[in-house]
Parts: sequence; structure tokens; C-alpha cells
Amino acid sequence: MSIWLQILISLVQILFTASIILVTVAYLVYFERKISAWAQNRIGPNRVGPYGLLQPFADVLKLFFKEDIVPHAANKPIHTLAPILALVIALSTFAVIPIGPPIYIFDLKIPLVVADVNMGILYILALTSVGVYAITFSGWSSGSKYSLLGGIRSSAQMISYEISMGFSIAGVLIFSESLRPMEIVNSQAGFMWNAFVQPIGFITFVVAAFAETNRLPFDLPEAEPELVGGYHTEYSSMKFAAFFLAEYANMIIAAGLIVTLYLGGWQIPYIENLGLSYTLTTSLQILGFFVKMAAVLFFIIWVRWSLPRFRYDQLMNIGWKVMFPLSLLNLIWVAILVMLMN
Amino acid sequence: MIPIEYYLSLSAFMFIVGVVGVLTRRNAIIVFMSIELMLNSANLTLVAFSSYLGNPIGQIFVFFVMTVAAAEAAIGLAIIISLFRNKKTVNIDEINILKW
Amino acid sequence: MNLYDFIFYFFAALTIVSAFFVVTTKNIIYAAFNLLLTFFGVAGIYVLLGADFLAIVQLIIYVGGILILMLFGVMLTNKITNVQIKTEASFVIPASIGVGLFAGVLIAILLKTEWRNSPADIPISTLVPIGKLLMEEWAFVFILLGVLLLIALIGAASIARKE
Repeated sequence: MSIWLQILISLVQILFTASIILVTVAYLVYFERKISAWAQNRIGPNRVGPYGLLQPFADVLKLFFKEDIVPHAANKPIHTLAPILALVIALSTFAVIPIGPPIYIFDLKIPLVVADVNMGILYILALTSVGVYAITFSGWSSGSKYSLLGGIRSSAQMISYEISMGFSIAGVLIFSESLRPMEIVNSQAGFMWNAFVQPIGFITFVVAAFAETNRLPFDLPEAEPELVGGYHTEYSSMKFAAFFLAEYANMIIAAGLIVTLYLGGWQIPYIENLGLSYTLTTSLQILGFFVKMAAVLFFIIWVRWSLPRFRYDQLMNIGWKVMFPLSLLNLIWVAILVMLMN
Repeated sequence: MIPIEYYLSLSAFMFIVGVVGVLTRRNAIIVFMSIELMLNSANLTLVAFSSYLGNPIGQIFVFFVMTVAAAEAAIGLAIIISLFRNKKTVNIDEINILKW
Repeated sequence: MNLYDFIFYFFAALTIVSAFFVVTTKNIIYAAFNLLLTFFGVAGIYVLLGADFLAIVQLIIYVGGILILMLFGVMLTNKITNVQIKTEASFVIPASIGVGLFAGVLIAILLKTEWRNSPADIPISTLVPIGKLLMEEWAFVFILLGVLLLIALIGAASIARKE
């Protein structure tokens, strides 16, 4: 395969993935508002288009036409840089999440993942740790105490929960014996989903994912009643839209990661026994990935509208005194399991 | 192909910049950052040698250096915070008494 | 100049420029931001040298751990409302004399030594050899480092605690 063909395929994959994320974000916001409306016995957006389906576009247009305000006390270069950093990191994390088995077009094997690197999982961990900077910088550069407090809270929260996240991922890695997301998915064939094999690790990972994406019940960085919106208080127009987009993109990535690491990725148990053709199986598996992802996203939104926010000390207590020991326990459990299996 | 001297010069430059930082800056946190620069340059040398000699032990050593650097960062930051709490400054010239 | 060389020069330039700004800028947050770029540049050069595992570990430990801790230090040791994050340089002349001498020694060594200049075969992934070495030959040091980290954790917590 020539290098140009490879570059072309990569470009198509990047475009495809980016557009999937952007479209999903648009409709994720719509569904979040609809689900919250159902949860609170309201109707939700229903004016723009049939059933309010065009509402996301109206929102984006509104944000486009807003005036871009930079506060006087802000540090202009970093204030501009922070939302860009947030968005770039959010969009590039999805590159290593496989959405299906390799497909064949004209005898060309194309893996359904932008970058099938052998450090995939570590790459995601590295990018999440870089993502903290966007929030810290935005909090500091706004020149407002609410933003700064939000930024400090967020970075403390994210580095605390990164630890239990890392330890729960370690449990998955021991099973798959690889850092490559494709092989992690392959190791969960049949009903060997990691969520069933290591339920404690699954729970700690999901909780850590909530904390990393700043979703309720861990949305301390942008607690509206206390911090008037947190680290993005001083942002408006497209810069605010970038943060908004990054937040929802992070949610999608978290869902994709949960599916890849714990819910078997694109695997549908025993589908190969049905005797379907390769094309049909593959399309069903890709569909399966998106259905699982949608289910996880629904769960995340559902939790948001069901649980109240934690206090800051409660959040730190849960992170360090409950989740961290639990993830260690999971690691021991996995080690025992692997020992028994050999 | 890049000769190894280029990597070594880069690392030497980083080390010198780190030394300049430690010698001329008075803010404890900047001094701390300069020390990290020096550690990074040493790591770069080790990785370059490891790659050019085809021996992964150099990389093991870098891994160890990073671990020690993490421990150092935690302790260093704790010291800076408690200094700031007691003396309300992080200027290392003003921290000049042996006993509190 | 092939692609490999170009990538090397790009990351080298990134590292040099940002390292220079780390020690010269007056604003600590800018220094932290430039240090972030330096760490990125070094990670890129690690990848070029075939040390992919170390590149990622560099990002996770230095960028995700150490630098964030430093930013915390900046934010907690400067008054939040009246932002006082500017710092001055001092002892420039004695420092430049000492550093000049040191740089001379380094350059002399660089020029005098005959370096072995044929790079070894870069392995596709260093993950497996490093893991093997850490778990077999260097297992004792590895465990000692774990103990060191634990001691550092306890020490940091007890130093920074309010009495």
C-alpha cells in the first residue's frame, strides 16, 4: 500500500470520526434537554422544526452571532488558547477508539479506528491529563475569582480521579495483555465482557469517567449556585461554544471508552454462530457499538437529572477513600482470577 | 539520518538553560521548573544513547528518573506551600533563616 | 531533508524556544505554559528515538502530574485577587560567567569525543522489553521506587498539613 493511499485513508477516517462526534454532540444536547424535560414533567424544546429537532442548529447560530467579550482583567493570549486546547484534545482522543472490526474495500483492509497504535490506552490517559490544562488555564486567565476557583477545583478533582481510573484500566489491561484497544475488544469475545468479569473495576471506572467529564454528580467546577458557572463564567460566543462542544465530546469519548473497555466494544456475543455473511456481521457489530454507546450516554444523562451534586469534601473523600481502595481491590481480584485461569 | 550529536547538543542546551534558570531566578517555583528542565535534558541524553546503542536499559533508567522527579515534585510543592504559609513569600532570597 | 529530519528539527526548535522562554519570561503562568511545550517537544523526540512508551509516560508524569502540581503551587502561593505573579532575575553577570564556562566544557566534550554514529535498529515497540526488564532484572529497584513514592506521599501530606 503506498504512503499516499494510507494518508488518504487516514484523512477520510479523521473526517468521518470528527463529523460523527460533531453531529452526535448536536443531538446529544437536544436529547439531554428532552430527557431532562421528561424527568421534570415538562415538554422540552419543541418550537424549531418538528419535535424541536432543529433546536441544536438554532443554538449554534445564536452562539455564532453573540458578541465575543474578553474581560478587562483577562490574560488575552491564554484566555483565547484555553478553549482551543479543550476542543482539540476532546476531538483527538476519539482517534484510538475502534468502532468496528476491520472492513474490506477492494481487497483493502481498513481498520475502523483512526490510529491503531499499540499505546492506545496510555494515549487516552495522557490526553486526559493534558485536558486538565484547558480548564486550569481558562480558570486562571479569566481574571475572575469564580473562574479561578472553578479551575482549581476541577484540576484537583481530575487528578484525584485519574488515579482510580488508571487502576481500573490496569485491571482490563491484565486481562487483554495488550494496550491496543482493538485487542482489548477482541479479548472480550462472547460474554467475557469486562463489566461481568470485574464488576468493581467497572463501577470505579464509570464513576471516574463521570468525574473526569465534569458531569453531575461531580460537576463542582461549574456549580452554578456557588460559582456562577465555574471556569467558563467569563467566556462568551464561540469560545463558550468551544467549551460546550468539548464537554459533550468528552462525554461521547467517555461513553466510547466505557463500551470499549468494559462492554465488549463492537462485539455482539455469539453473532458468528448465526452464519451471516461477513458484511452483514460487520454492519451489525458497528451498529451494536453505537447502540451500546447510546445506552451509556442515556445512562449518563439519566444520572444527571436524578442525583444532586456532591459537596467538595465529599467528592474528595469518595475519590481517595472509597474509589481508590476499590480500584486496588479490583486489581487484586483480577490478579487472583488470572492466576486461577492459568 | 540525524547524528547523535544533534540530540546531545539539544540536551546540553536544555541543561544550560536550566542552570541559568536556577542561578538567576528568585521565585522558588521557577527554580523548580528549571530543575525539571535539567532532569529532562539528562533523560534525553539517556534515551538518545539507549536508542543509538540498541540497549533498553537506558530507557529503564529514564523511567526511574521520572519516578524520582514525581516524588520530588510532590515534596517540593509541599515545602513551597508551607513556606508560603509561614513567610508569605516564595522568593528564595527572603528565606534566609535556619530556625523559625 | 526527509520527513524524519523535518520532524526532528520541528520538535528540537519547539523544545529550544520554549525552554528559553521558561527561564526568561516574567510571568509564572507563561513559564508553566512554555514548560508544557518543552515537555511536549521532548516527548516528540522520544518518539523519534523509538522510545514510544517513555514518550507517553513523559506526558502522563511530567505534564499530567508534575506540571499540574506546579500550577497548583502558583495558584495557591499568589494572591488570587491582586495577581502578583511577576518575578525578577538577579545575579545575571556571575551566572552568565559560570554558565559560559560550563557550556564551554560541554561543547568541548561534544566536539572532542568520537560518537558512535550508526543508530541501532529501532524496535517497533519498546513496551515488551521494558516490561520484561522492569519485572525481572530491575524488579528490586522497581519496588524500592514504589516505596519511595509512598514515603514522598506521606511526607508531602504531613509537610503541607495545617497544624
